[in-house]
Amino acid sequence: MSALSDRPFLRLFVSPAALIAVGFSAAVIAILQFSLRAYIPGELEPGGFSLGNFAQMGKPIYARAFLDTLLICIETALITLVLAYPLAFMLVRAKSRVLKSALLVTAVTPLFLGEVVRTYSWIIVLGNSGFVNSVLLNLGLIDRPLQMMFTTFGVVVALVHVTLPVMVIMLSAAISHIDQGYEKAAASLGASPARTFLTVTLPLSMPGIIAGVTTAFAWTFSAFATPQLIGGGQVNTISTLVYQLGFASFNFPFAAALSLAGLAFTIIVLALFKRATRPLEQLGGQA
Amino acid sequence: MNRSPLDWALRLAVVAVVAFLVLPAVVVVIAGFNDRAILTFPPQAFSLKWFERALTYDDFRHGFRNGLIVMLWASSIALTVGAAFAYALHRYDFALKHVLESVLMSSLIIPHFTIGLGLLMLASQMGFGRTFAVVVFCHVVIVLPFVIRSVYISLQNLDQRLELAAASLGAPPWKVLVTIVLPLLAPGLISGWLFAAILSFNEFTGSLFVTSQATQTLPVAMYNYVREYADPTLAALSAIYIVITATLLTVANFYLGLGKVLNVDHAH
Repeated sequence: MSALSDRPFLRLFVSPAALIAVGFSAAVIAILQFSLRAYIPGELEPGGFSLGNFAQMGKPIYARAFLDTLLICIETALITLVLAYPLAFMLVRAKSRVLKSALLVTAVTPLFLGEVVRTYSWIIVLGNSGFVNSVLLNLGLIDRPLQMMFTTFGVVVALVHVTLPVMVIMLSAAISHIDQGYEKAAASLGASPARTFLTVTLPLSMPGIIAGVTTAFAWTFSAFATPQLIGGGQVNTISTLVYQLGFASFNFPFAAALSLAGLAFTIIVLALFKRATRPLEQLGGQA
Repeated sequence: MNRSPLDWALRLAVVAVVAFLVLPAVVVVIAGFNDRAILTFPPQAFSLKWFERALTYDDFRHGFRNGLIVMLWASSIALTVGAAFAYALHRYDFALKHVLESVLMSSLIIPHFTIGLGLLMLASQMGFGRTFAVVVFCHVVIVLPFVIRSVYISLQNLDQRLELAAASLGAPPWKVLVTIVLPLLAPGLISGWLFAAILSFNEFTGSLFVTSQATQTLPVAMYNYVREYADPTLAALSAIYIVITATLLTVANFYLGLGKVLNVDHAH
C-alpha cells in the first residue's frame, strides 16, 4: 500500500493514454504491412509480399515530387519565420494589455479555422478575378491577370498563412523566457539596439526558432487541401500523390509505401536539421 | 517618447504581417455577400442568398451534425485521457514514460494524411469500416498533444505546496485531486478542451481519409463543395466560421488568458 500511495492514480491515469498509443502504433504498423504487399489492379485486397512498391518510387514523377515538396517546405518555413518574428516580439514586449490580446487573437485565429476555409479564402485572394488581380487591374499596374493559382508561388503563400500562427506561438514562448536584464546589460555597455538584438535577443530565442521551423516544416509536409486546391494538379506534393493513389487509383499498397517514405523523409530531414542547429540551440541554452 | 528607427521598422513589419493574416478573412467575408454566382472581386451588388444556401444545403447540415458528434466525443475523450496523462507525466517516473510521451506527441509531426491512411487500413483489417468510432479515434490522436501540452503547462504553474498542505491535514489523495488540483487546473482544462474541440471540428485531412458519405464532417463536405461548385456559398459559410471562431477565442482569451495557456505570457 505504501508503494502505491507514493504515486496515487498512476495506473489509472496512464492506462487510457497507453491504449490510444497502442491503437495509433497499430495504424502505423498497418501502413507498413500494406506497403509490403503487391497491388492487384481492380482489387481492394492487396496481394502477397512484395518490395515492388518501393522500387516504383524511383520513377521521376516521385523523385520530382519529393524534391518539390522539400523545396516548398523549406521556403514556407523560412518565410514564415521571417514574418512571425516581429509579430511574436511585439506580442511579448507590448506594454498595452489590449494590444497584446488583439495581437494574440489575430495571430491564433487562423490556426483554428482549418485548412479548407483558409485555402478557400486564398483562392478568392489569388484567383484570376480575385482580390489581388482586381486591385492591380483597377490601379492600372497590370493589364492582364497575374497567374497565381495553380503555381508553387500561390501554394507557398497560402501555406505560410497556415504555419504563421504556430510559429508565432513558439517564438513568443521563447522570447517571453528571455531575461531582459541581458538586453539592458548590453545596452548599458554601449551596444546599439540593432546590435543588442542581433547578439543577445536573437541567439537567446534560438530554441523557439528551431522548434518553430521544425513544426512549420512538418505541417507544410502534412498539408493536403492547400496544394490540392491551389496547386490544382499542377503542383504535386507527397500528400496529393498519396491521396490520388489511394482514392483515384485505389492502389493502397503504393499509397502506403509512399506515405511511409514521406514519413521517413520528414524524420531524416528534421534529424539533420536538429543536428545542424545543435550548436545554435546551445547558444540559447547557456543563458 | 523618443523612438528609434528600429522601433518604427518593427511596427511597420507587424502591421504588414497582421494585414497578411487578416486579408483572406476580410476578402472571404466580403465575397460571401456577393450577389453574383461567379466569384469576382469586388462584388457589384450585395445579397444574403449565399448565406441562406450555406445554412440550408443538405451536405453542410449533415456535415455540421456529424462534426458536432465527432467533436464532442473526441474532445471529451482527449481531455480526460490527456489531462490524466499530463498529470502522470508531470508528477511521476514510470516505465516507458518517454516512449509513451513520444508516441502520443508524434501526431504533431506525423502528416495527417499518414495518420488517416493508417487508421483506414487498420479499420478495414479489423472489419470496422469507416464508422464514427474510427473518425473519433483519428481525431483523438490528432488533438491529444494539444490537451497534454495545455494541461502540462498549467501543472507547471501550480503551487504544489497547496496539495502538500491538504495532504498533511489528512486529506486522502482523491480528495486532494478533486478539491485542490482540479479547481486550480480549471483554466488549463477548459482551454485544452476548447482547443481540442475547435481543432477536431475543423480537422480536414485526417477526416478525408476515414470518413464516408454517411460520416463526413463539415470540412470534408466543404472540400467536396469547392471541387464541384464555384459560387460564393462557401465564402458565406467561411464568413460564419471566421466570426464564430474569432468570437470564441476572444471570449476564451478574456476569461482564461490564452497567453498563459499557450506559454507565451510570462510575468517576470
